[in-house]
Amino acid sequence: MKRGFLILSVLTGLLLVYASYQALEVAPTERTMGDVQRIFYYHVPSAWTAFLLFFINFVASIQYLARTKPSAQTATKWIFIAIGVAGAVASFLPPVQQQLTSLGMRPSALATTALMLPVFYLLLGKWFPGEKLDILAVTSAEVGVVFCTVVLVTGPLWARPVWGIWWAPGDIRLTSTLVLWLIYVSYLLLRRFSNSAQTQMLAAALAVSGALDVPLVYFSIWFFRTQHPQPVIGGNGSIDPRMLHILLLNWLAFLCFASLVCWSRFRLEVLKREVEEAYAMESLGEPVAVAPSMPLKRGTR
Amino acid sequence: MNSIKFLFAAYIATWIIHGTYLGTLVRRFSRLKKELDELGESHRSANQ
Repeated sequence: MKRGFLILSVLTGLLLVYASYQALEVAPTERTMGDVQRIFYYHVPSAWTAFLLFFINFVASIQYLARTKPSAQTATKWIFIAIGVAGAVASFLPPVQQQLTSLGMRPSALATTALMLPVFYLLLGKWFPGEKLDILAVTSAEVGVVFCTVVLVTGPLWARPVWGIWWAPGDIRLTSTLVLWLIYVSYLLLRRFSNSAQTQMLAAALAVSGALDVPLVYFSIWFFRTQHPQPVIGGNGSIDPRMLHILLLNWLAFLCFASLVCWSRFRLEVLKREVEEAYAMESLGEPVAVAPSMPLKRGTR
Repeated sequence: MNSIKFLFAAYIATWIIHGTYLGTLVRRFSRLKKELDELGESHRSANQ
């Protein structure tokens, strides 16, 4: 495990260096904005990574809430399957295809996304059973907030030289992103400072409602006129193929980096819960096994 | 437009944010390891 982590860390480091070199040196300079446009290569991948992490948090939270009752668990599973099938079927209907094309969205993209939903839901439940779902939820939320912070810091640093202002008050993309960040910061504060037995359930409920802001953030520039630039991928936008290639390379590098950070954070949360459990067992006067490596097992000594 | 300084400011800010977060993770890891060691010590001394 440790060796795998080390190898992945080295590969991710190399990929990050190569992607940064491509972004800062090789990518073509944008005609009107100049070099400052290169912020795009880590602003946009950070935003996409944050959205993905919040989506993982959303699915893990739903599963965590649903696992309290077998009937709710079955119902949720079938709802996800129904959404997937309905989305895929709808993308083949001519009126839907026309509507999607006018919005600059490919019907095949909708079909793929819709079909991925139930697959993702089922895999997450299989790979992270029981309490691990809650650990995954807190991990993805915390790392997502870090990436969202990068988005909120790099955005104004791009806006200042291009717009002449740091922030456009009232702009729906900017405001909804800030709200998204605040929702997940609240989620983390709730988990940090509440000691109630219901904390995990409350946090999961907050995460499910908070995740509704993610599509609003993402599609705000598709449906509203904003100060924020219009989409370059989808939404009738266009981008130089060389820029697109470097953008996707940077996203891959950021995804690998986020996976490593999530891996570490996940292990940290497991360790934290084991220490808490050991303290609880000690206070009850029961024997506790404290091994130098994880996992802890009670009553074995 | 002297935009290059904003580009580097954004780049540095990105890695300061990630570095700070990684630093907090390392600190939390070492604190938990220490607590775990202390629990092990107290358990061993109780058994003797």
